[in-house]
Amino acid sequence: MESKHVHQQIAAMRQSFFDEEVLDEKFSQLEQLEGKDNPNFVEEVFTMYFRDSTAFLETIEQAMKTIPIDSIKVDNILHQLKGSSASVGANKVLKEVNKTRQVLGKGNLEGTKAGILELRKEYDSFKAKLEPYFQKLKQANSVAQEK
Amino acid sequence: MNSSSGKSYMSTASSSVIWKAGGDVVADQFPAGLRVLVVDDDPTCLMILEKMLKACQYNVTKCNRAETALSMLRENRNGFDIVISDVHMPDMDGFKLLEHIGLEMDLPVIMMSADDGKNVVMKGVTHGACDYLIKPVRIEALKNIWQHVVRKRKNEWKDFEQSGSVEEGDRQPKQSEDADYSSSANEGNWKSSKRRKDDEDENDERDDTSTLKKPRVVWSVELHQQFVAAVNQLGIEKAVPKKILELMNVPGLARENVASHLQKYRLYLRRLSGVSQHPSNLNNSFMNPQDATFGPLDLQALAATGQLPAQSLATLQAAGLGRSTAKSGIPMPLVDQRNIFSFENPKLRFGEAQQHVNNNKQMNLLHGIPTTMEPKQLAGLHHTAQSMGNMNMPVLSHGSQSSQNNPLLMQMAQPQARGQMLNDSTVGLAPRLLSPMGQPMLSNGMATNVSTRNGVPENIRAPSYNPVSQTSSMLNFPMNHTSELPGNSFPLVSTPGISSLAPKVAFQEDVNSEIKGSVGFMPSYDIFNELTQHKPQNWELQNVGMMFNTSQHSNSLRGNLDHTQSVLVQQGFSTGQNRNSTVISKAMFSAGDSTGHVNAQNGNQHLNSLFVDNTVRVKSERVADAAPANLYPDHFGREDLMSALLKQQDVIAPAENNDFDFDGYSIDNIPV
Repeated sequence: MESKHVHQQIAAMRQSFFDEEVLDEKFSQLEQLEGKDNPNFVEEVFTMYFRDSTAFLETIEQAMKTIPIDSIKVDNILHQLKGSSASVGANKVLKEVNKTRQVLGKGNLEGTKAGILELRKEYDSFKAKLEPYFQKLKQANSVAQEK
Repeated sequence: MNSSSGKSYMSTASSSVIWKAGGDVVADQFPAGLRVLVVDDDPTCLMILEKMLKACQYNVTKCNRAETALSMLRENRNGFDIVISDVHMPDMDGFKLLEHIGLEMDLPVIMMSADDGKNVVMKGVTHGACDYLIKPVRIEALKNIWQHVVRKRKNEWKDFEQSGSVEEGDRQPKQSEDADYSSSANEGNWKSSKRRKDDEDENDERDDTSTLKKPRVVWSVELHQQFVAAVNQLGIEKAVPKKILELMNVPGLARENVASHLQKYRLYLRRLSGVSQHPSNLNNSFMNPQDATFGPLDLQALAATGQLPAQSLATLQAAGLGRSTAKSGIPMPLVDQRNIFSFENPKLRFGEAQQHVNNNKQMNLLHGIPTTMEPKQLAGLHHTAQSMGNMNMPVLSHGSQSSQNNPLLMQMAQPQARGQMLNDSTVGLAPRLLSPMGQPMLSNGMATNVSTRNGVPENIRAPSYNPVSQTSSMLNFPMNHTSELPGNSFPLVSTPGISSLAPKVAFQEDVNSEIKGSVGFMPSYDIFNELTQHKPQNWELQNVGMMFNTSQHSNSLRGNLDHTQSVLVQQGFSTGQNRNSTVISKAMFSAGDSTGHVNAQNGNQHLNSLFVDNTVRVKSERVADAAPANLYPDHFGREDLMSALLKQQDVIAPAENNDFDFDGYSIDNIPV
């Protein structure tokens, strides 16, 4: 069945996220918060997360280009990213954020730049994985609703 | 409920009534329906938290800006049961918000952050947060937050009962506290009452927790005026909640409400008078209030004296304040660390002072005071103190604002540690009161030299302590923030000593939080007197701040101190390098309990010796960054404070950042 197939796909995608440790248990906790009254809760959360995090990353990248680099500002944003990434279960992204923060904390600006590059990669990859997942999920749900 | 206190307390039945009256929580369904205000600038986190809280069946209001949250709370003081706030927010530091809430609304506040660093958590403690959650927050952690509401209520009841049942004169200094007075258990919970509550609280089983709610009183201007009139009629020294309540004759007003308000008021007065130039002035107005108000201030005082490393102070304060808040619910105004204590400066001072102190002699000023603090600790203290000092200083000499010299400030300044506390961790401001002692007395913008020093501002300004302004933390609690003198605005301070402090002014100081913290600092004026006796000689002893005045004033203090008295450490500081007469900041620690007194006594003695020594030189050294954490106020037993103070003395940074505005005291007459 098409819908079944879609559901299977979704399940497989989801599982792969956990297997790859792209997502952690926080994500499942969010899923548990979903209910009849807000069936798209997780998706909404992620939409918000992606929107803000993209902006944060861009700000950081800009900040890293200015001279002198405002490391406090960068650190603040990284801190923000840390909180939100942790809250949604973006495991790998969180790890990169932490790593970069540490390097920045030691005053290693070059290292920080490299760290941010890594963070950007990880984040983009994460987004690229999750967005289609939510789309499919939405699709499957709407299909189910139609039925 | 308060069975532990052994007093016959109001029956829970009555409390249950109050509970219902006070809030809309239905006792039966508790904790469902708990009214939570969650504040976080990150929309993702906010959304998740809201969802989780709703899943716990709480009544959730979310807010993404601290200012908005604060105005929501102010508009509807009884509209929430608990607040959860992020630490890092763009418009206001979470600790600062914590302070405000503690002072003004006396609500339990839970801090959260992605940071799990020890310092930050400690800060939360010192600023009076009742819990600290690390992000990502799990729903399980939220399921139990109601316990904080209950606990607070319980404490309030206890407080209430205690204040009611205890004679004013012998506010029950927590006897049990004595033992742990110096213990870290209470994080600088100087206030005896605070301690009491905590201790008792722990022990008491929370029966009828749901019924513990007590209605929150909004101290309107009229009500406050009535209060002040009653207090004046009775005489500030003799003003006890019971009598005040009777005089006020306001239906629906509970003794407990009066008691906590009185504490704040006293702190406020202290602040005002602290800066007074004349010790005599001080005497009149303050000294008495010290007790109550100092509770939270102790830390500040200590901090001011630089003895307490700012951080410690902050911690202490938080602890102390936290406790007191528990009572009063006002967390020490989290003085923004930044503003409150300019740590940087004070640190230097402290370092020096400390060293100096150490060298000199370990200032045995604090004989009595168990100087458990190792020099290192002291150093730490200094550091903190410095920070606090900075912070405190504002209190003291809010030079700009208060016309009054805040001798208190001076003292407060000393507690640089306080500053630290305030700085760092927004020391939990003593609840209600102004625990902001920690807060920088510095808040006053005054260049208080004091800040770093133990309160010995370089220019000891006799002028008013601006406790008000500066210390915004001190008493500001409510006021700090924006001119809003929260119900408690004490604009009506009628203390003679305090020249029309425009409390508002003071409070509004930017450092709102500061003042809050600084409350503790109400220097006992008695001490000032004593100080005046001291010879002006260069007080190198700047750290003298830690003089526990108690001994001298023990009598008076004692009475007062019973409650959370923070030991006011009076520090006679001589600011500046080579200045002879520097402001002696007496940090009075009102030891919450009698213990405070003990210290004070020692302090006094020491003070004398301090002066003699004069070794304290305010050095602009940086106060070793004695890990404020070390000094942790929690454990800051008096001795630590004392040590810190002592250290401070040495440390009293010289003119450098002498922001201490020791307005209060010019040490001309410092008796040696």
